Amino acid sequence: MILLDRVSKSYNRRGPALERISLHVEPKEFVIIVGQSGAGKSTLFKLLTREEKPTTGKIIVGGIDYEHLKDRDIPLLRRKIGVVFQDFKLLNNKTVYENVAFALEIAGISSAEIKHTVPKVLDVVGLKGKENAYPLELSGGERQRVAIARAIIRQPKILIADEPTGNLDPKHAWDVIKVLEKVNRFGTTVLLTTHNQEIVNALKRRVVTIKDGHIVSDRAVGQYRGN
Amino acid sequence: MKDHKYITLERIIKNGFVSFGRNVWLAIAAIAMMAITLTILLFAIVANTTFNHTIKDITSHIDVSVYLKDTVTEAQRDKLIGDVKHLDNVNSVSYVSKNDALKQYIKQNANNPDLLSAISQTDNPLPASLNIKPKDPNQLQTIKDFLDKPEVQSLQSDPTSYSGDRKAAIDKITSATHFFQQAGVVGIIVFIIISMLIIFNTIRMAIFNRRDELVIMRLLGASTAYIRGPFIVETMLYGAVAAIISLTICWALFRVASSTLQASSLGLLDIGYSSRYFSDHLFSILTIQILVGILIGAASSTIAARRYLRLNRQ
Repeated sequence: MILLDRVSKSYNRRGPALERISLHVEPKEFVIIVGQSGAGKSTLFKLLTREEKPTTGKIIVGGIDYEHLKDRDIPLLRRKIGVVFQDFKLLNNKTVYENVAFALEIAGISSAEIKHTVPKVLDVVGLKGKENAYPLELSGGERQRVAIARAIIRQPKILIADEPTGNLDPKHAWDVIKVLEKVNRFGTTVLLTTHNQEIVNALKRRVVTIKDGHIVSDRAVGQYRGN
Repeated sequence: MKDHKYITLERIIKNGFVSFGRNVWLAIAAIAMMAITLTILLFAIVANTTFNHTIKDITSHIDVSVYLKDTVTEAQRDKLIGDVKHLDNVNSVSYVSKNDALKQYIKQNANNPDLLSAISQTDNPLPASLNIKPKDPNQLQTIKDFLDKPEVQSLQSDPTSYSGDRKAAIDKITSATHFFQQAGVVGIIVFIIISMLIIFNTIRMAIFNRRDELVIMRLLGASTAYIRGPFIVETMLYGAVAAIISLTICWALFRVASSTLQASSLGLLDIGYSSRYFSDHLFSILTIQILVGILIGAASSTIAARRYLRLNRQ
């Protein structure tokens, strides 16, 4: 599903953010990526969503070779990858329903289909009844679940969650993680980064640890390794 | 796929209208400036046609009168007419006999018995004449050269009349028209540039205000057209609104002008004609204004969107 082959990325001046990273993720896998801030996790995600181009190396996601990806096809790529951010990135002037529908609107989905799909997805993330609330009226965990609903509504093959629990208290963090596991059970490949040791250790999933731009460990059932 | 494109286009237009509604206060300067530009454009068009109309009107009245001595024989006369007809710039030649001249004189002065009695008491003093209509009133030199030849001169009783005043007037109008045309073009260009800069800035602010939303749209995979399109639709609406405002103002102005000036000639500008032209061509003028407004809007917002929404690189 995701293949990175000796991928390096360096920004000017500073040393390489990622150096010769090779990573293979199978379809329907749930992979946790662990690393200190500045280790290169964000760069990795930006490479996957094609916000950045690798300096060298090969990236293939869902059969698309990024080397041959044209600029105008980037939006199509992004519609196939769901992304969830630490700071939610919701539109605060739109309701929960509108925020989720937004992802379908920009993809040119018909209004009838949007009306049909949005409530279902809100149900999956446990936000039934909150359709008309605005993001600022919700708790952090609820907001993050809106973001997840928005990310999964187009049924992406891959969901990238970048520190989705970073701003949440433990209870809400677990709510979000449970939703991610549910999404994964439905068949979506999930890439999750987190700092939360407790979550990493409890999930018993594959853990990839990045340090200083290198993958330092990759365990099938991993544990959070301290610094 | 075509269905998706249709839905997307529909949403781009809808979002353009929504953001027009949202930014209309922000856009007031841009709309006002565009309305001024379009008004200048409108005045330029109307003034230009009015000038041309005036020139044409006066030109059609210009002629050259050659007064013949009473002693000129029919043969001399016919030869002269034939020669004049063969000149380059001559459109037509008509002969006015002494009797015709007298009839015209009586007709013109029907209300003036003193002048009429003065004429009837003597023999008909009016000379026969040739009335030459030139093709181009600005090129009378060939006709003049011919008429100034001694053998032709000897047939004439009075100096040739070149409608001299009219010629001078035409020259003035023509040069004024050229001046106004040039000034109009320069003015329009300057105002279009100013409008574009203001629209450019307005769109820049609109983009800045919605920065978060645009970043999210980009991350969720909105296409470039989907993100830029609404801004372009929005400014096209500015253009359309400005066109309607401008036309309304001009319509009111012409109403006032034509009623207070009572369709009289105001120097070189025949306001009556301007006003008639304006109301006769109201629809095409509106169409031109809306098109120009939309074009200015689309051009400047396309540049602004390209400049400030560098979508693929961020």
